[in-house]
Amino acid sequence: MSPEWQTVWLTLKLAGITTVLLMVIGTPIAWWLARSKHWLRQPVAAIVALPLVLPPTVLGFYLLLLMGPEGVVGIMTESLGLGTLPFTFAGLVIASVIYSLPFTVQPLQNVFSTVNERMLEVAATLRASPLDRFFSVVIPLARPGFLTAAVLTFAHTLGEFGVVLMIGGNIPGETRVLSVAIYDHVETLEYGKAHLLAGGMLVFSFLVLLTLYLINGRLNNGNLKS
Amino acid sequence: MKEPGILARFETGFERFRLEVDLELPGDGVTALFGHSGCGKTTLLRCIAGLQASSGRLSVNGDVWQDSNTSVPVHKRPLAYVFQETSLFPHLSVSGNLDFGYRRTPAAQRRIHPQQVIDWLGLGHLMERRPERLSGGERQRVAIARALLNSPRLLLMDEPLSALDQASKRDIFPYLETLRDTLDIPVIYVSHSAAEVARLADYIVMMDQGRVLAEGGLQETLARPDQPFALEHDAAVIVPAVIRERDDQWHLCRAEFEGGSLWFRDDRQPETGTAVRLQILARDVSIALAANHDQSFQNLLPARVTDMAAEQRPGLTTVRLHVGETAFLARITSRAVHQLGLAPGMAVCLQIKSVVIVE
Repeated sequence: MSPEWQTVWLTLKLAGITTVLLMVIGTPIAWWLARSKHWLRQPVAAIVALPLVLPPTVLGFYLLLLMGPEGVVGIMTESLGLGTLPFTFAGLVIASVIYSLPFTVQPLQNVFSTVNERMLEVAATLRASPLDRFFSVVIPLARPGFLTAAVLTFAHTLGEFGVVLMIGGNIPGETRVLSVAIYDHVETLEYGKAHLLAGGMLVFSFLVLLTLYLINGRLNNGNLKS
Repeated sequence: MKEPGILARFETGFERFRLEVDLELPGDGVTALFGHSGCGKTTLLRCIAGLQASSGRLSVNGDVWQDSNTSVPVHKRPLAYVFQETSLFPHLSVSGNLDFGYRRTPAAQRRIHPQQVIDWLGLGHLMERRPERLSGGERQRVAIARALLNSPRLLLMDEPLSALDQASKRDIFPYLETLRDTLDIPVIYVSHSAAEVARLADYIVMMDQGRVLAEGGLQETLARPDQPFALEHDAAVIVPAVIRERDDQWHLCRAEFEGGSLWFRDDRQPETGTAVRLQILARDVSIALAANHDQSFQNLLPARVTDMAAEQRPGLTTVRLHVGETAFLARITSRAVHQLGLAPGMAVCLQIKSVVIVE
């Protein structure tokens, strides 16, 4: 595989794995934030939103410290025989999950808060258990939100730069993702290669967003007819 | 030992509202929870369903659904609930909606099957449609069918007709009557409509400000002379009867009730054999000491005075009389009571001016 394709593949793999993980992790958090009246709700919402406002380098810095050989997480992973996470693909995945968390949780939380409580009551009177209600009523009704969340998470992870540099470095095939590669090309004045990657990214992002808007428009039209 | 009936004792509340009831309802037939909006009737229904948290005790025909230690979660109670407004799942077709509860009902507990309700409620041509493409009446018919397919041991209905226009109400009402007369499922029916209660209910619970004002069999309760409540502004009794005879020359028909029969005019000319509920207003009934055929009343019935009570408005008295087993009310002036010397046990003649079929 050429170094260019290796970089593209690694980037897509990182974004894909992060998106799948975040759908699993973000859904219960978003559901809890949308439904709970617990006093911890606002603090948790603020923590989830932190990556939106923090410079990626700040986030990357603390993750580096935490996961490094002196950090709490680092000591744990080393004692489990896993080594330390910085400068590995696994470390990059963990950082991406944290960095992209709000892009999953916020769209889901928004759509969950629009799910009519009455529909859940109806399902309960029709013998559906709480988990059954979530899968048979909430998820179908919240489909547009899931789509938005997945696309935003995926696209946001693709473009990640600061966090990757801080904790991933620039190891080809392991942590060298698109944004870092483009930066490298520009640094070494290889504008042609930079164009190829940057242009590809631009077109790809546009197509992803266009698809999202087309599908969402169709879903919303379907709902508005009622 | 199984205790029959529905025993419901609840206490619950939210800011500025308390519900406190202790009821013993029949384990079959239609029980109406009647009262103004805000009286707590829907809250009571939600407590019975388990949708509203409460402390208390609930047992339904011997099965305990809630007591001081436990509360069976909603999805494990064998009930069905028909909500006031559209409650169909928008992401499912009619067929998907009907299937929702049926699929989750253990096969051994299924007593009602899709084809039965689809035929009965005339849903065959709607099966593939989405709820948004149904009329209000169709939606509520689907909601009723979906509820029945849950094979409930108790059917809860929260003003199922109130969101519908008059025409749709007229369409659905016969289904509710058939449901009452043919299915062996107790129904608790919340309503603020006197007409619906008069036509459907067998037992009635009158509520106000989170408490029960009065309860009892529909006929007996409406026939109480002290009038703990009236369905409408005027006192009236409801008498179940069967049409026995039609006189087309005079546009009259004769309905037989327990203890006698009544002649009246009805534009719809019901078929003989039809079961109807007749409503007779207390102000349309007068009392004579002996039958006098020299006047215009078409219904003269031998009756016995049971008891009487003064009305709130001075000068008027409500008298309860029985014709056979059936109770009537007559509202007359207190002077008339005095002049006729009416007293419990006295034999008199009832003169009834006007009878209508409840609808």
